Amino acid sequence: MKKIFLITIVAGLFITESCRKDSDFLDVPPKQVLPTELAFSDPALVLSILGDLYNRTVDFSGLDNGWASFVDFSEAFPSENGSYFFVQRTGWGFGEWSSWDYTYIRDLNLFIQRATAATKLADADKKRFIAEARFLRANYYFELVKRMGGVPLITEPLEYDYSGNVTSLQKPRAKESEIYDFVISEAEAIKGDLPNDVNTKSRATTGAALAMEARAALYAGSIAKYGVTTPQVSLPGNEVGIPSALAAGYYTKALTAAQVIITQTAGSYQLYRVLPDLSDNFAAVFLDKSTVNQEAIFIEDFKANAGKTHGFTTNDQPFSISDEGLDAGRLNPSLNLVEAFEKLDNTYAPIPTKDASGNPIYYTNQLDIFAGRDARLAGTVLLPNGLFKGKRTDVWAGYQLADGSILTSNDAGNLKPLPGTTTPVQVTGKDGVINGQEFRTQTGFYIRKYLDPTVGSGRRGRGSDVAFIRYRYAEVLLNAAEAAFELGQTGIAIGYINQVRARAGLVTPLTAGDLTFDRIVHERRVELAFEGHTLFDMKRWRLAHVVWDGNQMSVTDLVSNIGNARKRNTQPYGLWPYKYYNPGSPNNNKWLFKEVLPSPVTGANRFQLGNYYSQIGNDILSANPLIVKQPNQ
Amino acid sequence: MTMKIKFHHIILVILLAATGCKKDNYDAPAQKFSGRLIYNGEAINLEYNQVPFEIYQPGFGKVGPINGTFDQEGNFSTLLFNGNYKFTIPPNQGPFRWKEISAGKRDTLAVTISGAQNMDIEVQPYYMLRNVSITAAAGKVTGVFDIEKIITDADAKNIERVSLYINKTQFVSGADQIAVTDLAGSAILSPNNISMSVDIPAISPTQNYVFARVGIKIDGVEDMIFSPLTKITY
Repeated sequence: MKKIFLITIVAGLFITESCRKDSDFLDVPPKQVLPTELAFSDPALVLSILGDLYNRTVDFSGLDNGWASFVDFSEAFPSENGSYFFVQRTGWGFGEWSSWDYTYIRDLNLFIQRATAATKLADADKKRFIAEARFLRANYYFELVKRMGGVPLITEPLEYDYSGNVTSLQKPRAKESEIYDFVISEAEAIKGDLPNDVNTKSRATTGAALAMEARAALYAGSIAKYGVTTPQVSLPGNEVGIPSALAAGYYTKALTAAQVIITQTAGSYQLYRVLPDLSDNFAAVFLDKSTVNQEAIFIEDFKANAGKTHGFTTNDQPFSISDEGLDAGRLNPSLNLVEAFEKLDNTYAPIPTKDASGNPIYYTNQLDIFAGRDARLAGTVLLPNGLFKGKRTDVWAGYQLADGSILTSNDAGNLKPLPGTTTPVQVTGKDGVINGQEFRTQTGFYIRKYLDPTVGSGRRGRGSDVAFIRYRYAEVLLNAAEAAFELGQTGIAIGYINQVRARAGLVTPLTAGDLTFDRIVHERRVELAFEGHTLFDMKRWRLAHVVWDGNQMSVTDLVSNIGNARKRNTQPYGLWPYKYYNPGSPNNNKWLFKEVLPSPVTGANRFQLGNYYSQIGNDILSANPLIVKQPNQ
Repeated sequence: MTMKIKFHHIILVILLAATGCKKDNYDAPAQKFSGRLIYNGEAINLEYNQVPFEIYQPGFGKVGPINGTFDQEGNFSTLLFNGNYKFTIPPNQGPFRWKEISAGKRDTLAVTISGAQNMDIEVQPYYMLRNVSITAAAGKVTGVFDIEKIITDADAKNIERVSLYINKTQFVSGADQIAVTDLAGSAILSPNNISMSVDIPAISPTQNYVFARVGIKIDGVEDMIFSPLTKITY
């Protein structure tokens, strides 16, 4: 009886199950993958997809792609044994800085297509999401055109039909100007769909779209204007190079877009002027993430103890103040950059190490030699004896003795007696300077921009959550100033540039007569140092092959022609402090300084004409015969 | 479990080892293709690793060049397989003219490799340095030379500057030098008997010789053309 019951039950189960249609049984909705309609039904889910697309934004310099992205171009020296190639190579490969991520573009195109087709999203959400994806797409095309020139402009997801014939997928390169036009027109199209909110910084806003538009139009304008100086850097189809007739149009667009931000139509953006000490204030622009900071427009944000942090502070903190033992001091700003910061009376002068007759100048405090300079110097660079986390750095290269010889050692812990004494004393700084000693400064300087003073930020485990600012108001002002200057509206330009300078303590305004192209180049160099602008600025002005000309630099080169846009900048120099030891002399125990080329620097940067536009790989060229090669390669 | 190794296991391992080494790879290219850049039989001196050349071998799947660069004396060499190749120099490279079929499209030289081959590449430089004499006296290196303008047609280019470089090693150029004197092209009044001199700085460790070359930077041309290397003992 029991057996019959069991058999009946089992048979019954079989019959009921097997009666289901095949399609019901086989078409099981996936449990690990969200189908498109479901993913695009809920704003939170859409935002998580968009979050991934935001994370894939390509930056030239970035805090999460390491300290090394800041160190090149002779603006800094890499104090790490494995990274001396930066200063030992004689130039860059043609493939350097290339980017060709059409997977990212496809994902953005798919996102736009799917979000447009979504039916369950509220209209307001949908508009904003689509606008954000278009912003990211335009931003990446901007990044591509800066590095590669004109690239295939793909705005729809391409589908392969498995026919064996791929010609429908092979697109030629657009003109360089067409990519810039696309970036500008996209920004114009989406600016109304994005929030007009000064406190939204890590997502796209009207301000971010306009800032991108202004920068892109400025780049296009300067390539059109200065491209004529390097006629070799162009292609017959204008995939590289923009006709000079278009320059004025682009400059006008740049000025107009920047002025929308400046007139506060896109939100109450303004320069950060909060702290009384102007150098601290400048450093805080990059550290303050509160609503007080209305200078940052679009940032890559980080969050400590929540999985998104970076090791910039760990890598670059002063050695003796390090939270992480031997991990410190890699990014050392060069004297080349430090010399560029002008004096408070708007004049250029080298850091005074010698008097008129060639004798060393003695200083009571190490910081005295930098007195009376642009406040951005101490805000960007941590000077010798500078303050970080409540402690002062200990940077000096040894004792200068009365007979002209130098007493130093190979480590701060290696003590030596001074002449005429027997007690060993410290003869070199705990934070450097010793040739070839990694993780301590070898130029005399540490970086201050982005360096996080928060307790524990220098530990590998915790990391730092200082944000990387992609667009900020000061750059918008400088973009507007440059565009106005190139359009001949010097009066307007001077108003914008003086705002940026006044914030840095240069309160004597420049007059319209003072404003030259070189002034603009200089202002961008000191204001935007270590923000990923150097290469692209030098490229668009066609100055890269002039300043990085592959010739070695002498000290005379270093200290002369400061403020000249065409000044050679091929090797990073250092400024080494020495303590003077001569009991009986009034200068005993005072400081003197020497310009020194750190010994690992053996190469000299050479920017070839073929470096202006990065190489398109042979795999790409052979997969698509419509792609033309870059010039001069 | 016992660790006894059976005889046939050893045989198997030996067989695998013996067969595994064979024929799963091509031999490396072994035919040396070399030569130098010349103009009327005279070598063209360059800066090392700055002027590239490209060799294409058509007919093998993806298209991509075999890259190489010329050395300081204008020599090149590369190892190839036997076969048919095309040799070219990329656009705007080198202080000389290379035939173009149309703007930006460079002519190629057909090269057939079967065994080692030496081939000099005849090019037409914009300028040549002639009658170069470099001497040292009283802590100075002095170079006296003539400049001959080779290309005088529509492609002719002006001289941007002339530089006299000295170095303590045999690599002498803007990137490898201990001292340099520049003479702007506009300051050259006559192309004959140009004289330039440069002070010899202190060399550590001391040596009683330097290497020197004169180079011409041509307007709008990236690569300089140099005089032959001179070793000067003083």
